[in-house]
Amino acid sequence: MEWIRQRLDKIKEPFGKGKKYEKYAPAVNALDTFLFTPNHTTQKGAHIRDAVDLKRTMITVVVALIPALLFGMWNAGYQHYSQLGEAFTFWEAFGHGALKILPMVAVSYGVGLGIEFAFAIFRGHEVNEGYLVTGLLIPMIMPIDIPLWMVGLSVVFAVLVGKEAFGGTGMNILNPALTARAFAFFAYPTYMSGNQVWVSEAYNVDAISGETILGSLAAGENASYSAMEMFSGVIPGSIAETSTICILAGALLLVLTKVGSWRIIVSAILGAAAMALIFNALPSMGIEGNNLTNFPWYQHLIVGGLAFGIVFMATDPVSAAQTLKGKWIYGFLIGFLAVMIRVFNPAYPEGIMLAILLMNVFAPTIDHYVIQSNVKRRRNRVKTATGQVETAV
Amino acid sequence: MSKDIRIKRGLSLQLEGEAEKELVKAPRSKTYAIKPPDFHAVVPKMVVKEGAKLLAGDEIFFSKYTEEVRFTSPVSGTLKEIKRGDKRRVMEVIIEADPEDGYKEFGKLDASSTDAEAIKARILESGCGAFINQRPYDIVADPKDTPKAIFISAVSTAPLAPDWGFILKDKVASFQEGINALKKLTPGKVHLSVDKSSAQYLSDIKGVELHHVSGPHPAGNVGVQIHKINPINQGERVWTVNPENVSVIGDLFLTGRYLAKRTIALTGSEAKDRKYYDTLIGASAADLIGQVPDDIRIISGNVLTGTKLSNNQYIGFFDNALTLIPEGNNYRMFGWLPFTYNNIHSNSKTSLSWMFPNKKFKPTTNLNGEERALVVTGEMEEVLPMDLFPMQLIKACMAGDIEKMENLGIYEVAPEDFAAVEYVNTSKIEIQEVIRLGLDLMITEVG
Repeated sequence: MEWIRQRLDKIKEPFGKGKKYEKYAPAVNALDTFLFTPNHTTQKGAHIRDAVDLKRTMITVVVALIPALLFGMWNAGYQHYSQLGEAFTFWEAFGHGALKILPMVAVSYGVGLGIEFAFAIFRGHEVNEGYLVTGLLIPMIMPIDIPLWMVGLSVVFAVLVGKEAFGGTGMNILNPALTARAFAFFAYPTYMSGNQVWVSEAYNVDAISGETILGSLAAGENASYSAMEMFSGVIPGSIAETSTICILAGALLLVLTKVGSWRIIVSAILGAAAMALIFNALPSMGIEGNNLTNFPWYQHLIVGGLAFGIVFMATDPVSAAQTLKGKWIYGFLIGFLAVMIRVFNPAYPEGIMLAILLMNVFAPTIDHYVIQSNVKRRRNRVKTATGQVETAV
Repeated sequence: MSKDIRIKRGLSLQLEGEAEKELVKAPRSKTYAIKPPDFHAVVPKMVVKEGAKLLAGDEIFFSKYTEEVRFTSPVSGTLKEIKRGDKRRVMEVIIEADPEDGYKEFGKLDASSTDAEAIKARILESGCGAFINQRPYDIVADPKDTPKAIFISAVSTAPLAPDWGFILKDKVASFQEGINALKKLTPGKVHLSVDKSSAQYLSDIKGVELHHVSGPHPAGNVGVQIHKINPINQGERVWTVNPENVSVIGDLFLTGRYLAKRTIALTGSEAKDRKYYDTLIGASAADLIGQVPDDIRIISGNVLTGTKLSNNQYIGFFDNALTLIPEGNNYRMFGWLPFTYNNIHSNSKTSLSWMFPNKKFKPTTNLNGEERALVVTGEMEEVLPMDLFPMQLIKACMAGDIEKMENLGIYEVAPEDFAAVEYVNTSKIEIQEVIRLGLDLMITEVG
C-alpha cells in the first residue's frame, strides 16, 4: 500500500499546483481518489466529519444494482435459448447475456466518463461520482440487442443535454439515465419497442413470442406468463427490469442504508396500486374495460419497468423532490401516472419512464409549495407577534 | 414555572476523551490575550498603546461602529504586543501579566435595586458588554437595542462539551446576581434552560423562566431553544449570554470588580490530565497543554464549532473547552467502499458504525472525502431540530438571495446550529461558513 501511494505521488507530481499539467489535475485526482480516500483535513467549521462521502453513497447504489444486472445477463440467455428451443446450461445462458451486456456497460462508462472528465478539466472542478450510477443504469434499461453506437449516442445526449447543460451533477432537472432511454426511445423507436427487440436475436426466428407482457396486453391478448414468473423475472423485457425479486433485494439495501428514500418507494407503490385498483374496479361500475384495465393490480406492480424505475430512478435525490412531504407526493404521482400511461396510451406500453421524467419536471414545483407552507407559517408568526415587537423596541 | 423541551432530531456523538469532573487551579499564564476576531463584525479601535500599564478591567479597545461596547483587560499587567494580520487587522492583543492581579474598582452595586440605565452603563464600562450576544446574526449585541427576551442555555449537548452543572456549582450566588442585572435589560423574560446536571444547581434561580431541555445535540444550543420557546421574527432582537459569563456579570455587581474567571475543560483523546481548569479569560493554551506536536490539532472550543489554534496561541474569549484530537492527514485505501472503516463514526447507514451505539469513537480531522455539489437530500433535516428547510436555506445563502433567506428563516439560525448538519453532510461543504457569510450579507443589506 505504501509503495502504491509513493508511486502515485510520483505520477501526480507534474499535475501539482503551478506545474506543467495542472489543468489536467481533476482527471488524475479522480483516479487517485478512487484508490485512496485523500489525506485532506478539515480547514474551516467542524473539525471532525462523518465517514460518508459521495463516492460511498454512489457505490452503494451500484452494489444494489448488481443482483438485477446479473439476473439480467442470465435471463437474456435464457430467453434466447428457450425461444429457439435449444438445450442450454446455466453458464451458457449467463455467458450469452454477459457477452451482450458487458460491451454495453463498457461503452456507457467509456463515453460517459470521457465526457465527465473533459468537463471536469474544462470547468476546473473534481470529477463527480454521479455517473458511476448513471453509467450502469443506462445499459440496464435498454433492450438487449440495441447497437452499441446507439448506447453511446444516448449517453452523449444524456450527459451533455441532460446534465452538463444544467451545470453538472446536483443541478440536473431530469434523471440522466432516463434521459438517455427517452432519447433512444424517440430517436430509434424500432430498436426500442415492438415485439422483436426484447429477446436476444429474436429477429432471426419467425413466429417467436418476443413480446413483453404489457405489449401483448395492449395488443388485446392475454398475458402468457404466471404471476410467479413475472415476480421472479423469467420474462422478456429490458435487460435488468424483469426480476422484481432482484430489484427488491436492491431496494432493501437502498432503504436500509438510507441511500434511497423509502418514502418515494412506498408512495410510488401505493400510487401505482391505487391507479390499478381504480381500473380493476371499472367492471363493477358497469364500464367494460380492456385487458390492460382488467390486469390485476398486484401484477401491474411486478411487470414491466415499474419496480426498477421506482427503486432506482425515482429515488435519484437530485431529480426527485427534496422535501419530506414533497417526496410522498412525488412518489405517489409517479406510480399513479405510470399505470395510467400504461393503460391509456397504446403507443407507450410502458409508462414508468415518462411518468418519472414528467414528475422530475414537477418536483421543484412540489417542493415550492411544501416550502411555501413553511414560509407562510413564518409570515403569520410575524403578524401575530407585531404587538410584542412594539413593546420591545 | 418550568417548561419541558424535548428534542428528538439531532446527533449525539460519543467521543473518547471526556474531562474528569475535578476542578484544578491552572498555573497563572505569563501572557494573556484578547482576540478581536472572536467578536464577529467588531472593528476594534485601540485606546492603549504597547507598553501601557493596565489593571484588570481597564479598557483596551472599543467597537468602531458601536462605540459603547468596550473590551477590557482580564488581568493586570503590561500591554506587550498588538499582533496584526492582513490589512493591519488586529488579531491579538497580548498582555504580560503581573504576578498578582490589581483591579480597577467600579464600585459595588445592588442589581435588584438599580435602574436599567445604570446597570447597562456599568456592564458596558467594565467590558462585560462583550459577553452579550445578539440574535439574529450571532454578533456582539448593540446596547442601543432593547431585546424582546434574554436566553441563557446551561445545557451541554455538543460532543465533549464541558458540563455546565459542574462549572456553575460554586457560582450560583454570582449567577443569581447576574440574572438580576440582565433582567433589567429586557421588558420580556429571561429564559434559562437547564438539563439533568445543571438543574441540580440552577432550579432555584429566581427571576427567570426555567426550561428543562433534553435530547441530542444541538438541543443545548441556545438558538434551538429560542426557536422552540419564542422564535425570532424579522426586526426583533434577542440577547444570549453564556452561563459562566452571567456569573462574571454577577461578580461585577457583587464585588465591583471585573473578575474574568474562566473554567476550561481539557478534553479530547490526545489530551493528558483531562480535567476542568480554573483560569482567566484569554489564557495561553500552552499553559495547560505545553507544546504539542504537529500531528495533534488544538481546538479552542469543541470539535464541531471550535477554532483551530497553533502552539503558543490563546484560548478564545467565549470558549470553555480546549480539545486535542489527532490530525487525520493520512490516506485510506478504498475508503469509499461501503461498510468498511467502521471505526470512523458515521450517521449514515453506509457504514456499520451504527451497530456500536455505546462505543466511544476517536475522531481525526480527516475530511473523509472531497467536496462535491449538494446531492443527497434528507440527511440535514435529521440532525437539525428546527422548523425550517436547511438545504434550501443553505442554497439561498450561497446564492445571496436575501428575500429567500428571510423567508426560509435566516434570522433564526446561527452558524453553530448548523455544526451537526456540516458534520453529516455527504458533500463536505463548509456549511457553517456558508451560513456565516449569509448572515454577514443580511447585516450589510438589512442591518
